[in-house]
Amino acid sequence: MPGYADPGFDTLSLHAGASPDPTTGARAVPIHLTTSFVFESSDHAASLFNLERAGHVYSRISNPTNAVLEQRVAALEGGIGAIATASGQAALHLSIATLMGAGSHIVASTALYGGSQNLLHYTMRRFGIETTFVKPGDIDGWRAAARPNTKLFFGETVGNPGLDVLDIGAVAAIAHDVGAPLLVDSTLTSPWLIKPFDHGADLIYHSATKFLSGHGTVIGGIVVDGGSFDWERSGKFKELTEAYDGFHNMVFSEESTVGAFLLRARREGLRDFGACMSPHTAWLILQGIETLSLRMARHMSNTEKVVAFLASHPFVSRVGHPLLESHPSHALAKKLLPRGAGSVFSFDLKGSRNQGKAFVESLKIFSHLANVGDCRSLVIHPASTTHFRMTDEALAGAGITQGTIRLSIGLEDADDLIDDLKRALKIAERAAEKAGA
Amino acid sequence: MYLEVNNHKTYCYTAGKAFDATKPAVVFIHGVVNDHSVWALQSRYLANHGWNVLAIDLPGHCKSEGDAPASVEKAATFIAALLDAAGIGKAALVGHSWGSLIALEAASKLGDRITHLALVGTAFPMKVSSALLDAALNDPMVALKMINVFSRSTLAAPPSSLGPGTWVYGSSLALGRRVLASNPKVNVFHRGFKACDDYANGEAAISQVTCPILFLLGAEDQMTQAKSAQLLIQRAKSSGKKTQVVNLAVGHHQMTEAPEETLMVIKEFLR
Repeated sequence: MPGYADPGFDTLSLHAGASPDPTTGARAVPIHLTTSFVFESSDHAASLFNLERAGHVYSRISNPTNAVLEQRVAALEGGIGAIATASGQAALHLSIATLMGAGSHIVASTALYGGSQNLLHYTMRRFGIETTFVKPGDIDGWRAAARPNTKLFFGETVGNPGLDVLDIGAVAAIAHDVGAPLLVDSTLTSPWLIKPFDHGADLIYHSATKFLSGHGTVIGGIVVDGGSFDWERSGKFKELTEAYDGFHNMVFSEESTVGAFLLRARREGLRDFGACMSPHTAWLILQGIETLSLRMARHMSNTEKVVAFLASHPFVSRVGHPLLESHPSHALAKKLLPRGAGSVFSFDLKGSRNQGKAFVESLKIFSHLANVGDCRSLVIHPASTTHFRMTDEALAGAGITQGTIRLSIGLEDADDLIDDLKRALKIAERAAEKAGA
Repeated sequence: MYLEVNNHKTYCYTAGKAFDATKPAVVFIHGVVNDHSVWALQSRYLANHGWNVLAIDLPGHCKSEGDAPASVEKAATFIAALLDAAGIGKAALVGHSWGSLIALEAASKLGDRITHLALVGTAFPMKVSSALLDAALNDPMVALKMINVFSRSTLAAPPSSLGPGTWVYGSSLALGRRVLASNPKVNVFHRGFKACDDYANGEAAISQVTCPILFLLGAEDQMTQAKSAQLLIQRAKSSGKKTQVVNLAVGHHQMTEAPEETLMVIKEFLR
C-alpha cells in the first residue's frame, strides 16, 4: 500500500499482514489447516531449513494464517515482528526461555496474573531461574532488585487485578541501565489503550485469549519484539550474540541487527518447546482484531458507567479503578492511558466472604468464570480461583483481599449491567441479614 | 567477520563462511540508515551456493569503525580498499539505493576487477528533497518515518528477513533507529542523503563500467522511482553495456518486501 502517510490503527487492524489471496481471490484471510508445505526442490528445502530463504516448512514453526496475525499485532504495537503461541503463558515462557537459562535472574512486578506468578515463582525456579518480585510503583525497589545476572524485567501494563499502572518509562530506564530488556504483558490494555514500545518497553506479549480475540472462544498468545534492545551492547545474551550449534552455528545478532530475539525464539523455542498456535485459532483472533477499536471503545464507556455506579454504592467499600482519584495510579493512568486503564478491575464489598459469594452467585448477566476480556461481562473471586495458590502475603502484595471481586466489563448495554449489579448487591446485603437472623 | 580496511575494523557478513579463494566473490552494499542485514535473504543464500559473500556495514555504520563516507566517491574508494584487504581479485557488486551509486562509482574505477554490477532501487541523479534533507538533519526520527512510508508498497509482505511474521515497515524503522544510534559522532542519515544528492558522476561512471549491469527496480518505489533510473539505463545501453532491467511490483524495500524475487533476479544475473 504505497502512500504518503502511515495507515491508522483501524486500517492496520483490518489490513496489516493480509491481502486478497492471489490464488483464489478470497478477501478474508484463508485458514491454512495444513501441517506442512511442499518444497519446490531439495535445494529449496535445504534453503528454507538454513534460513537462506523465507517460507513455511511445518506449522509448528510457522503458518501463513498465523503469519498474518503476527504481522497484524506487530503493526498495531509498532514492533518488527511477532510470534503466535499456544497461549499467553506460552508466550511468556517462550520469551524467558529464549533469553536465559539456569543461573539467570528476573525482576518482576508483584502485580501479575496468577499464572505468571506461578511460572516465575515456582516453575522457572525449578529450572534455575530466580525471580525477585517488586511492587510495581516501587521504582527504587526495581533498581535495588537487579543483580549482575539479571536478564529480564517484567511487569503488566496494568497489574492484575489491582490495576497498578506500570511506569514503563521509569522501569525500562532501570532495566536498560543494567543491560536487561523490559518485557510487558499488555493483555489487559491491548494496543488500543497503550503502545508500550512508545514508552520504552522492548518486548510485549498478550494473552490473545482476551481482548485481541475478544469473544471468549480461543486460547492463544503472541509475543512482539520492538527491535529496540541492543543484545550485543548489553553483553549478557550469548544466546543471541554467539554461534549457536543447535542451529547451524548461527549468530542471530549478525543475521539480524534488530531481530535476533525473534529469530531464535522461532527457530529454537517453537521448534523445541512446540507451543505453537493452531491456524484456526489465529483466524479467530484475527476476526476479533478486526473490531478491536470498536470493542475497546465500548468496553471503556461501559466501564466508566459501572465504576461510577459502584463507587457511589453504599455496600461497596472500594473500587479499584484508576478512573477514580482515590486509586494510587490515577495520575499515571491519565498520563499513559488517556483512553482508559482497561475494563477489568476489582472492588470490595462491605461484607463477609459469604456475602461476596452470594453476590457472585446472584448475578445473571455477568458470568462467573475464569477469564477476562470477553465481549460478555464476567465476574470472579480471585482469592479462591485465579490467585488461590498465593500466600496471604503474596495476595496482599498483589492488592487482593479475601473479599475482592473482579469484574470484566463486556459490551452489553451499560444500564443492564448496572441493574444486574444493583440486584446482586441487594441480595448480598440481605444475605447478611439472613445470617444474623 | 571483521577486516582491517584503511586502519579501521570493517564488518562483513559472510553467513559464517570462511573466505575460499576458489569461489567467486560478491559484495553487498547497503543504503542510507541500513546495514548488512537488509540483504539477509539474498546474501545467506549466495554464501551457501558457491559464493564468497561480503555483506558489509559501511564505515561508521553499526559494527564498522571509521568515518562514515561523506560522498559516493569516498565510499567507492573504500570498496576498492575492502577488496584489497580481503584479498579479492575480482568481485560482483550489488548495491541498494545509496549503495547502488557507491557500487556504480566503484565499478567505474575498478574496471575488470568488477564482474557484475547490480543496481537495486537506483536513480540518477538521486536528488533528495530539501524537506527530507532538512528533516534528516534536524528531526531524523520524523525523517525515518517519511522514508519508510515512501519505501513501502504493501501492508502484507511475504515471509521476510525474520521469517514469517516479519512486519517489514517496523523492522525497517527499527533498523534505521539502530544505525543512527550506532554513530554518535555523525548523523549518518543526513550525511548519506547529502552524498546521494551531491553525486554528479553517474552518467560518466556508467560509461566506464566494463561488466554486465542489472537494474532491479521497484515499480511502486516512491524513494527512487523507476523512471528516475532511465537516464542510467539509456546511457548503459547506448554505450554498449550488457544491460538487464527488471521491474518488480514493489517499493523501495525490494530485499525485504520481495525477498524471493529479488534473490532470484540477482542469482540469475550472477550466474
